[in-house]
Amino acid sequence: MSSQQMWTYAIVGATFLLYIVIALRSRAGSTSEFYVAGGGVNPVANGMATAADWMSAASFISMAGLVAFSYKGYGGSVFLMGWTGGYVLLALMLAPYLRKFGKFTVPEFIGDRYYSNTARTVAVVCLLVASLTYVIGQMTGVGVAFSRFLGVSNEMGVVIGMVIVFIYAVFGGMKGITYTQIAQYCVLIFAYTVPAIFISLKLTGVAFPQIGLGSTMADGSGMYLLDKLDQVVQELGFPIYSETPQLSHFNMFVYTLSLMIGTAGLPHVIVRFFTVPSVKDARTSAGWALVFIALLYTTAPAVGAMARLNVINTIYPTEISADAALEYEQRPQWFKNWEVTGLLKFEDKNGDGRMQYNADKETNELSINNDILVLANPEIAQLPEWVIALVAAGGLAAALSTAAGLLLAISSAVSHDLIKGVISPGISEQGELMAGKISMAAAICVAGYLGLNPPGFAAGTVALAFGLAASSIFPALMMGIFSKRVNQTGAILGMLSGLGVTLWYIFGHKGIMFVKGTSYFADSNWFLGLQPEAFGAIGALVNFAVAIVVSNMTAAPPKEIQDLVESVRVPKGAGAATGH
Amino acid sequence: MSDNSAYWKANVSLLIKCLVVWFLVSYVCGIALVEQLNQIRLGGFKLGFWFAQQGSIYFFLIIIFYYAKRMAEIDREHGVNE
Repeated sequence: MSSQQMWTYAIVGATFLLYIVIALRSRAGSTSEFYVAGGGVNPVANGMATAADWMSAASFISMAGLVAFSYKGYGGSVFLMGWTGGYVLLALMLAPYLRKFGKFTVPEFIGDRYYSNTARTVAVVCLLVASLTYVIGQMTGVGVAFSRFLGVSNEMGVVIGMVIVFIYAVFGGMKGITYTQIAQYCVLIFAYTVPAIFISLKLTGVAFPQIGLGSTMADGSGMYLLDKLDQVVQELGFPIYSETPQLSHFNMFVYTLSLMIGTAGLPHVIVRFFTVPSVKDARTSAGWALVFIALLYTTAPAVGAMARLNVINTIYPTEISADAALEYEQRPQWFKNWEVTGLLKFEDKNGDGRMQYNADKETNELSINNDILVLANPEIAQLPEWVIALVAAGGLAAALSTAAGLLLAISSAVSHDLIKGVISPGISEQGELMAGKISMAAAICVAGYLGLNPPGFAAGTVALAFGLAASSIFPALMMGIFSKRVNQTGAILGMLSGLGVTLWYIFGHKGIMFVKGTSYFADSNWFLGLQPEAFGAIGALVNFAVAIVVSNMTAAPPKEIQDLVESVRVPKGAGAATGH
Repeated sequence: MSDNSAYWKANVSLLIKCLVVWFLVSYVCGIALVEQLNQIRLGGFKLGFWFAQQGSIYFFLIIIFYYAKRMAEIDREHGVNE
């Protein structure tokens, strides 16, 4: 075993031990502890747990590359604004009122507010589809992280991940998940920022990557880093980093809006705000969540830009011309390490032994995977081995914390909304707690199975999860709070039509149930040039329109429902509402 | 049940103001007017690019904490605080 691997085993092993110790000390003894950690979580701590809950393996490993490589810089802003701006909607329009409502799950609010088990069941189905598709990605992420860093097989990695989550999620429920998520946030943010600070110092002499991105190069040229990057990418034929959009303004607009609404409507994020003591705390806790998320989300674009410049400098050490490209034989060690994984590929098309890298598909000889920017960053910057081990632990923390949050949303929808709410309302609290634990264990097994055998549609699932949350859950919650007039019929038809139109658009481009060859739109991005990933906002619009029109044509909700809406709008009495 | 309509009105009016800022810093500064703002520099950043990749996020934070602070005051003014 290399010393690198020993470091990785030691650090990953230490973090796992930490999670298990926390789990053993926070077991759930009541349904309130299992679903909402007893409702007494400090708002700052909850903010930290929310950040870990929200930031997935993809945020940790792929986002810097998504912004800097796939979307060529400025174009990637869609994700940065979209995945943070949703917290404004959550903090101002949902979290405080749902906390006041004071129960356990998102479908429960929809069921009570629209006085209908049908509405509740529709919400459960949306939640299950969105959360299950999302959790598949986390499970495969755990497998990938294990196999890349620890040299164990993918399958073994998924199984180890399942066991760890099982220990703290089944026994601890939301209580165990909350405290492990806080620990996981600390691990992941430390692992993300340490290499980022090093690379920023190396390139610009400024420790904060957010400021370094706007500073001058440390190479004595006095040139701004972004100007230098703009210059070299243009010489290679790529779009201008800090300017060229990848999508039309309209498309960017709708895409960003869809991500924001989808973020605010994801049930596993919303339920985290059920765990704080008061309405006031729900408001500030959303702010704290965004503080902790912003630490990573403002570092990521800086890491992306700097690492991209670093890679180009490695390939063209003196100047940018075909003859000055680095000889393949002289490639650095990190290049060799990551070549093995297939994330870096060199194909000597012109047979000159040099690695030409540019925007032209015919002559470009180097393919670089998005994930390389974060994964290989510590090696490119020649950081010590323990830092590289830290990145492995950070990626695993990000994947496990998100998986646990999703699994809790899934299991509480099954035990609380389906079993307690619809199938067997007379169940005792102990019976429900047992049902919750069994649902959690089953959900972990299903997620693990899907992680080991990802269905063909796994690649399109992020679009699906955000599309469902944006088009069905967010509008139903928002109208439930801000309108007293929207009724049962309106809400159900609204959710179904929002969902229907979104699925119709996604399937039209990606195939029915993501089966290849069954897509029915001949043109790509058929409606106003919108990508299927960007369609959630249109689905939400349809949902709002249908719900409002139908509600106004049918009878207003009964008096007690209007009183319920009155009561969630007012903070006073939040403590009483949680009484069990 | 007491009448809370004045409280709700104050909340919605604050909410709308906050959402206007939310819209301005992201959709307007980061997307619609990005080319115009890029003519202005903030150190090494073109201003529109800065809004799109960092500035909007900082403003989101300010909006949430400002809203939380103002709402706590409004809660007290209307006697509906916890």
